[in-house]
Amino acid sequence: MSVLVGNETRLVVQGITGREGAFHAEACRDYGTNLVAGVVPGKGGQTAVGVPVFDTVAEAVEKTGANVGFVLVPPPFCADAYAEAVDAGLDLVVSITEGVPTRDMVRVMRTVPPGGTRILGPNCPGVISPGKAKVGIMPGFIHKEGHVGVVSRSGTLTYEAVHQLSERGIGQSTCVGIGGDPVIGTNFVDVLELFAADEDTGAVILIGEIGGGAEEEAADFIRRELKKPVVAFIAGQTAPPGRRMGHAGAIVMGGQGTAAGKMEALRSAGCTVVESPAEMGAAMEARLQG
Amino acid sequence: MNLHEHQAKALLAEYGVPIPRGKVAFSVDEAVAAASELGLPVVVKAQIHAGGRGKAGGVRLARTEDEVRAAADAILGATLVTKQTGPEGRLVRRLLVEEGVAIARELYVSFIIDRSTGRPMCVASAAGGMDIEEVAAETPEKILTVTVDPAMGMQPFQARRLAFGLGFEGQVFRNGTKFLTALYRAFEGLDASQVEINPMLVTEGGDVLALDAKVSVDDSALFRQPQVAALRDIHEESPLEVEASKHRLSYIKLDGSVGCMVNGAGLAMATMDIVKLAGASPANFLDVGGGASAEQIENAFRILSSDPEVRLVLINIFGGILRCDRLAKGLIAAVRKLGVTLPIVIRMEGTNVELARRMLEESGLDFTTADGMRDAAEQVVRKLEAVPA
Repeated sequence: MSVLVGNETRLVVQGITGREGAFHAEACRDYGTNLVAGVVPGKGGQTAVGVPVFDTVAEAVEKTGANVGFVLVPPPFCADAYAEAVDAGLDLVVSITEGVPTRDMVRVMRTVPPGGTRILGPNCPGVISPGKAKVGIMPGFIHKEGHVGVVSRSGTLTYEAVHQLSERGIGQSTCVGIGGDPVIGTNFVDVLELFAADEDTGAVILIGEIGGGAEEEAADFIRRELKKPVVAFIAGQTAPPGRRMGHAGAIVMGGQGTAAGKMEALRSAGCTVVESPAEMGAAMEARLQG
Repeated sequence: MNLHEHQAKALLAEYGVPIPRGKVAFSVDEAVAAASELGLPVVVKAQIHAGGRGKAGGVRLARTEDEVRAAADAILGATLVTKQTGPEGRLVRRLLVEEGVAIARELYVSFIIDRSTGRPMCVASAAGGMDIEEVAAETPEKILTVTVDPAMGMQPFQARRLAFGLGFEGQVFRNGTKFLTALYRAFEGLDASQVEINPMLVTEGGDVLALDAKVSVDDSALFRQPQVAALRDIHEESPLEVEASKHRLSYIKLDGSVGCMVNGAGLAMATMDIVKLAGASPANFLDVGGGASAEQIENAFRILSSDPEVRLVLINIFGGILRCDRLAKGLIAAVRKLGVTLPIVIRMEGTNVELARRMLEESGLDFTTADGMRDAAEQVVRKLEAVPA
């Protein structure tokens, strides 16, 4: 098993005829993801990346049994694409789009019924279950099948962690980028719940960054519920307060959301917290051997 | 994006939030003219993107025309140093001249997006005019909060709950609930990430007014807020950061000597961290974007090398899908074209990394290639020791 995506994934790419859409749809398919459809309003009936294109997500679901969406559209249209996926009842919808207005995400999250579609992102690299499926823009080849779950607010820093693991022969069950925006669909705790229940995941790497309280909430969950080793790193230990560090959500405000506070919370929850981003892989190796 | 107080108030007023009468002034004469139009006394307020102006001498009461002239003359062109400006301070280029009002009570109210619920939240307190973070830390029972359902908007019962909690009665209660409801509409309508009124004022006549206003608007929503986008004051931003934003580079100047060029915000922060852990100090945060195109790298070099503090450049690119040989080619071209003479330590990962290393080493330029992030940080420290300060 793995979480979120795997052999049962039937992928529909929203925005498949765009340059980015076509490129990443193809890369996901080449990795082994079961790409079944594309959606572009007004282009129903065409074919792209070898799959049929539909006007609506609902139609793609009806005709192809698609159950996971991948949104590759510009920021002003992202929330609408998410909402359409929710309305069509997909299990999961992922978007990598950067620059989605916060208010749009606030409203879209309100439309998800209890137990409804899981939204991942925006502004994230997506999700990959190595050897099975990827729905995202991460380089597939750095990953390796195995039993460490990775969850992160960052993109390239996640690749760094995965690279350090694979280099040591440590494979991953599923790697999830939750995104760096202030309001996101799936948060740390949601993913940790999945990892806790997943028999295939034996340990977890959590990569947080400054801003907000999501890492503190994760620490709370880990203390109470997660009986698996966790290695954590928090980016932004040297970031000045009051400045947004690239990601819209990465800002220390009024003494809240500091790296030091997050590291302490995770440490007190029993995580191995590394100060250096170069130590993530080694620390996991040590935890697995210990 | 942050706004000046006078801009914020003008926008809030459009949503029905009551504000004192006031006029913006860019010169002493304009300030005097504004005061005579408004009627004395007036308050002359420095307009900069930083709080703590009062304590720094940037807000003065003026009872006569001479006092207006003196206050405007003293504040305009002055550099205010507040706890939010940093030690270098901020030059005052404009003033807000506002009617004086008779204050009965000062309170606090703000709207933000509560990240843990993903919903708008109102934070209010009867302890106005104070640092709300201090109030929250020392007397949390004085803080009232209400979470708003975005599909419903702020409900009348929520406005009443806040107004009762703030101790409003009679006419002030009615004015207060109207104020709070209008403020939520402004927060939503402007795509604000924060609207803070500190203090919210109750006048002796029972009016409720925004005496100060801080509005920050979500940068990602500026495409649909042209009225707000037009208010940008680039004097309030660092010139290098303005230049970087033109090239869609995310750059923040810090005070160290190691110029950092990284793809991805998380990795960029982590790179700063590891530089610091190794005993050096990052000169900046710089994210060239996930793809790190040749053009972006050239722009990034131009910005990095215009910071005189930079003595060495560290490049950390996790290419992934990006081919490293292509990256190396772009790097060599940019360094040659711009005549960069700073030593460069480069760590990269991705397809064709071996070929890329050879290309860099054979280029004849001062590149040091590193194997992994720790090695990169160690190379940086070693190189810095060899470079004259």
